[in-house]
Amino acid sequence: MRKIFDFHGGIHPQENKHQSLQTPIRDAGIPPELVLPLGQHIGAPASPIVEVGQRVLKGQMIAEPLGFVSVPVHAPTSGTVSAIEDRQIAHPSGLQAPCIVIASDGRDEWAPLTTAADYRQLAREELLARIRNAGIAGMGGAGFPSAVKLSTRPGSQVNTLIINGTECEPYITADDVLMREQPGRIVAGARILQHLLAPGETLIGIEDNKPEAIAALRAAAQGTEIEVVVFPTKYPSGGEKQLIEILTGKQVPSGGLPLDIGVICQNVGSVVAIHDAIVEGRPLISRVTTVTGEAIAEPGNFTVLLGTPMQYLLARAGYRAEQNRRLIMGGPMMGFTVPDANVPIVKTTNCLLAPGHGELPAPSPAQACIRCGMCAQACPVSLLPQQLFWFAQGKEFEKLESHQLFDCIECGACSWVCPSNIPLVQYYRASKAEVLQLRRDHERSDQSRMRFEARQARLEREEAEKTAKRAARKQAAQQRAQAAAAGGSGDEDPIQAAIDRAKAKKAAQQAGGAQHDASEQEKLEKAVVTTRQRLETASSKLAQAQAEGSDLVTALQTGVDKTRAKLAAAEKALQEFQQAGPALTAGDAAGDPAAAAIARAMAARQADAAMAPADKARNQLQGLEQRLEKTRDRLASSQANGDEQKIIEALAMTVTRLEEKVSAAREQLKNPGDA
Amino acid sequence: MALLRVTSPHAHGPMSTPRVMQNVLLATVPGIVVLTHFFGFGTLVNLLWACLVALVCEAAALKLRRRPIGFYLKDCSALVTATLLAIALPPYSPWWLIAVGIACAILLAKHLYGGLGYNPFNPAMAGYVILLISFPLQMTAWTPPRGLGQTPGLVEALQACFWPSSYDGVTMATPLDLMKQNSSLLVADLWAQTPQFGRWAGLGWEWVNLAFLAGGAWLLYLRVFSWHAPLAMLASLGLFAAVFYDGGSSASGGSPLFHLLSGATMFGAFFIVTDPVTSAVSVRGRLVYGAMIGALVYIIRVRGNYPDAVAFAVLIMNFAAPLIDNYTQPRTYGRRRDGSEQ
Ligand code: SF4
Ligand code: SF4
Repeated sequence: MRKIFDFHGGIHPQENKHQSLQTPIRDAGIPPELVLPLGQHIGAPASPIVEVGQRVLKGQMIAEPLGFVSVPVHAPTSGTVSAIEDRQIAHPSGLQAPCIVIASDGRDEWAPLTTAADYRQLAREELLARIRNAGIAGMGGAGFPSAVKLSTRPGSQVNTLIINGTECEPYITADDVLMREQPGRIVAGARILQHLLAPGETLIGIEDNKPEAIAALRAAAQGTEIEVVVFPTKYPSGGEKQLIEILTGKQVPSGGLPLDIGVICQNVGSVVAIHDAIVEGRPLISRVTTVTGEAIAEPGNFTVLLGTPMQYLLARAGYRAEQNRRLIMGGPMMGFTVPDANVPIVKTTNCLLAPGHGELPAPSPAQACIRCGMCAQACPVSLLPQQLFWFAQGKEFEKLESHQLFDCIECGACSWVCPSNIPLVQYYRASKAEVLQLRRDHERSDQSRMRFEARQARLEREEAEKTAKRAARKQAAQQRAQAAAAGGSGDEDPIQAAIDRAKAKKAAQQAGGAQHDASEQEKLEKAVVTTRQRLETASSKLAQAQAEGSDLVTALQTGVDKTRAKLAAAEKALQEFQQAGPALTAGDAAGDPAAAAIARAMAARQADAAMAPADKARNQLQGLEQRLEKTRDRLASSQANGDEQKIIEALAMTVTRLEEKVSAAREQLKNPGDA
Repeated sequence: MALLRVTSPHAHGPMSTPRVMQNVLLATVPGIVVLTHFFGFGTLVNLLWACLVALVCEAAALKLRRRPIGFYLKDCSALVTATLLAIALPPYSPWWLIAVGIACAILLAKHLYGGLGYNPFNPAMAGYVILLISFPLQMTAWTPPRGLGQTPGLVEALQACFWPSSYDGVTMATPLDLMKQNSSLLVADLWAQTPQFGRWAGLGWEWVNLAFLAGGAWLLYLRVFSWHAPLAMLASLGLFAAVFYDGGSSASGGSPLFHLLSGATMFGAFFIVTDPVTSAVSVRGRLVYGAMIGALVYIIRVRGNYPDAVAFAVLIMNFAAPLIDNYTQPRTYGRRRDGSEQ
């Protein structure tokens, strides 16, 4: 017998699992419309790669992952994309989020699938890529991308692979039925993970209230190195950290990952999904969801397509809406109420709980905390919930943090035991949000302070450089004066030499210089033309406003004046350029590349000043984009080369800064009026 | 019909604060019965009058503080305070003594600090100590237990309470007083020569203590409180008594069993020390809290000027509870003892 460990606290709420275990898994069928949120997982939402009106096939990718911590979304059945828009989704905030809506055609036509005859032949990276491309995210409720979790750093050793079949939340039986009915797929999936991670041991953890599932898995795991470990039922033993402690006796360091102590956890639902993705090539397009509660006539488990409106699934199970006031996604301990029954089923929807009127009654109003300590005894993280409550009420944020508010897993055990019915978890959620907001504000002010200081330093530096240059120039001039006074006593006449040099260069460069000047002149001319046009429109508008007696007259008048000034500036710049141009090209100075560059820059600046703001912005944008690209390349190459962390950080910061600037420039381009 | 939005958890356990309080009240029944058996109806009259005054005080305080009276009266905490104080007072106390004690407990010790849950001191013990300091004579007037004298009947009990000037009861030193005052006799001789001593401790008192122990055990079984604080208190009291027993010489402080079954030991351990509001909160904190009370009880009993020590010991430790909390924060999952990340 394997030694199992206990974790601190925990509670024994009524299980209420039998209601949904009366029938085998049923198929919910294909609803007429499927709504697929782009963010069904933790991480960046996927980005759509289909268009409205496009026909899609079952299993076809319709949104691709954006970034490393992200997964794609697939069409759960064949049909037509009818909309890509914001819809209400199942989220505690009750907010809307971008979704792809598919009108199903009922044909359920599959896209071609890539299967693997023998996954052992596939490279590690390929396996991970397939898991990621199948859109698999933790199906136990959290929704963390599985491929990310399984991407171990090279050199890190996985001692224990844990398959989580605990399902400690009351009412939910989705994993239970999966283990009863499809133990073979779970074991096969676990073996894929064994191949991928080469763990020292592989354990399937199950609470002792699921004897059928235990028997089925034990039978399926015969002859493999997978061990089914059974432990006493206690909420929340299915929490990842708690399960790890039960099975290994070790605790995941606060702020760390299970991998830090050599453990990786996967929920049984995710393991089945991984199996399907690797062996059958099927992406994650459906899941098993429990539908239960007294307002459900025939509670049970359903295989349901992702994106199915809850209403549709509820109807399949005999939903008695008149008996139901709260619809909970998830279990009674950690689930949240959904705003209406039309929100779609997503990858993390393990249960729909529709309690009847007398079921799970709302607790009576909260009374004073009598500091009985029952909450502290129940807390699986060994916090002192009563103290946290005290500090949350007083908004003592430092105390909250020193009492490790952020280690709270919001399991609800403390609220469940509290004899005074204090909604403790609610206080913690609110406090966490407040603390985070404070931290963000703090960071922001830090950043702006740093930015200000950096600017100040730059200005000082520039000033210092200027002074230094001035001094150098002065010195050089003095030396030259001295040399002149001393008389030219060189081997050759310096003036003659300069003339020769200039002549040679002139011959070589004349063609190029002329070309360049031509384009410069064109730009300036264009600027004059556009400014003139703008002046005309503005003037006509002004005339109109004056005729109508509108109160915009003054504003328009200033606009016209400004544009007129700009036009004058542009014309002057053009004129100067035309005069300076021949002089520059003709004179000796043209031979000096430095002088030419200065002239070019000056001309550019003048042109810039004269240019319409939109053009200016466009130019700026182009420049910025080029710089951004270059810096990105450099960042990538120094990352690849494994350069010093400082360098990478500095580059990364430059990239973000440039990105900001680019977007600001784009913004400006969109509203050229307020240049 | 729109769906309701509420936050998790949606389920709640069977415990409720009124239930906790009612269980505590029920658990005092064996002790009260035994007290009544040995000392007559005085305790019961104390109890009824105390409860009545407590309800009036509580309602008045709630009204002044503009709180819903019915809702807060239902939590039964006022009745618990009244019951505990009534048990601690000598039977046949006059009505005004009880009324002053209850008023101090409920109005000063509880509501002045913000009501249930905010009071730093155990209200019943605060009321008791105020009375003890203000009216030492009345507070030390214990009638002899059954077997050592006439036990007054119900009429006399009512008379003693509500018309005290007409009542002239017999009082007698308690075993704890005798033990402290003794300086010449060996413990065995003291036992043999004084009728107030019984089988293990004071006559009658030993049974009173056992009855409160039974009530406390039932509460422990119901998990109304955890064992840490009461057992730590009993253990440290027993330990101190054992260390200073001195072989039963004339300088002995009394045997461990004597101390465990005398005075308010068991009543204090299971009904006062376990008061959650005023004790330390963590498991380790409660062990420290209980042990320190046990030690203080022994020291005050043997060296102090007052006959029993539970009330003083508890109040002193009420002071110290926040400090204990500060140093006994439990180790959070995945962290070191000092709270730093691993
Ligand atoms: S369980 Fe409730 S009443 Fe008891 S200490 Fe915790 S918060 Fe206070
Ligand atoms: S919700 Fe937080 S504080 Fe409450 S028991 Fe769970 S982990 Fe502990």
